[in-house]
Amino acid sequence: MSAPPAYTEFHPRWYRAPVRTLWWLRRRSYFVFILRELSSVFVAWFVVFLLLLAHAVGRGDREYQRFLRWADDPWVIAINVIALLFVVFHALTWFNLTPKAMVVRLRGTRVPPLGLTAPIYLIWAAVSALVAWLVLGG
Amino acid sequence: MMGDTITMQVSRYRPEQEAQPTVQEYQVPLRKYWAVLDGLNHIKDHQDGTLSYRWSCRMGICGSCGMTVNGEPKLTCATFLTDYDPGPVRVEPLSNFPVIKDLVVEIGDFLRKLPRVRPWIIRVEDKPVSEGEYLQTPEQLDEYKQFSMCINCMLCYSACPVYGLDPQFIGPAAIALAQRYNLDSRDEGAADRLDTLIHPDGIWGCTFVGECTRACPKDVDPAGAIQRYKLTAAIQSIKALVLPRGTR
Repeated sequence: MSAPPAYTEFHPRWYRAPVRTLWWLRRRSYFVFILRELSSVFVAWFVVFLLLLAHAVGRGDREYQRFLRWADDPWVIAINVIALLFVVFHALTWFNLTPKAMVVRLRGTRVPPLGLTAPIYLIWAAVSALVAWLVLGG
Repeated sequence: MMGDTITMQVSRYRPEQEAQPTVQEYQVPLRKYWAVLDGLNHIKDHQDGTLSYRWSCRMGICGSCGMTVNGEPKLTCATFLTDYDPGPVRVEPLSNFPVIKDLVVEIGDFLRKLPRVRPWIIRVEDKPVSEGEYLQTPEQLDEYKQFSMCINCMLCYSACPVYGLDPQFIGPAAIALAQRYNLDSRDEGAADRLDTLIHPDGIWGCTFVGECTRACPKDVDPAGAIQRYKLTAAIQSIKALVLPRGTR
């Protein structure tokens, strides 16, 4: 016997299981969900990084060179590598969601999920290749 | 080799006697076609008549016997003891709901949410019975049939971490059922459901964990229904912003 029951309107005391702090480690999908929520922080980081870059470029060559030296710092590179991994993960979850959200019909029949995700991945690869060529080779 | 018996660890909660649930072990016969529910019925009939749980049809249609079996939300009538051999099988009430007694949970929250999405056919003008039925082609039926398979068993609510963290979230089944009527060619109530669905406690609460779809015993795919409606709602909002009134 423990504490005396408190009564609700229709029933003796209901038991509400507390949500544990580490509930998101219980299941892989919950963990992935938390990672995905966290990825938004890194998306925001890239926005800030881009704004800082634009700001430096706007203030002339000296500021731009200073920005480049700062961006060369090992810890900035480390943050950017982690951020890139999170942003790629963020993008993949969106790509994989697309066939769930979109129902596309071609001549009356529904396009299978792969028919929607495959073009997205192809376009992604093409755009990435173009950007890589511009930055590294062009 | 299948044993003769299997251990069932059943969560007990007697609100008049204890502050939180405890686990009680029972040995039940392990038979080839026995579901977890048959094990519970055996306990109730032969070992302990005080055990409380809900069930009705035993064939995956009534949606009453949802419980947590070894950590997963399951219909106990469609979950077989032999799949857990040599055991033990842990049976707990559905998570994310308050427990009334033993394996019985309080479902009032879901029952209050369900009518908010108006899950019935809404017509601007009903045609008289003398004019006959509202006809529908097989293709039009296919549009919503999957979502109409929902049996309100609430396994999706039990699996959904968003609902667990924020009980205001209207939840997977309610949204899937709203879509079931939105996609029905006989229905004209999509605009009436819009406000409830695009409320912050509606579709935008969902972060696409996808566990509802995995838990669903009827392959309804509530996660798919929600993502689909997000796109519809987003297009609707853009139209409302861009297009002049009357052309929307």
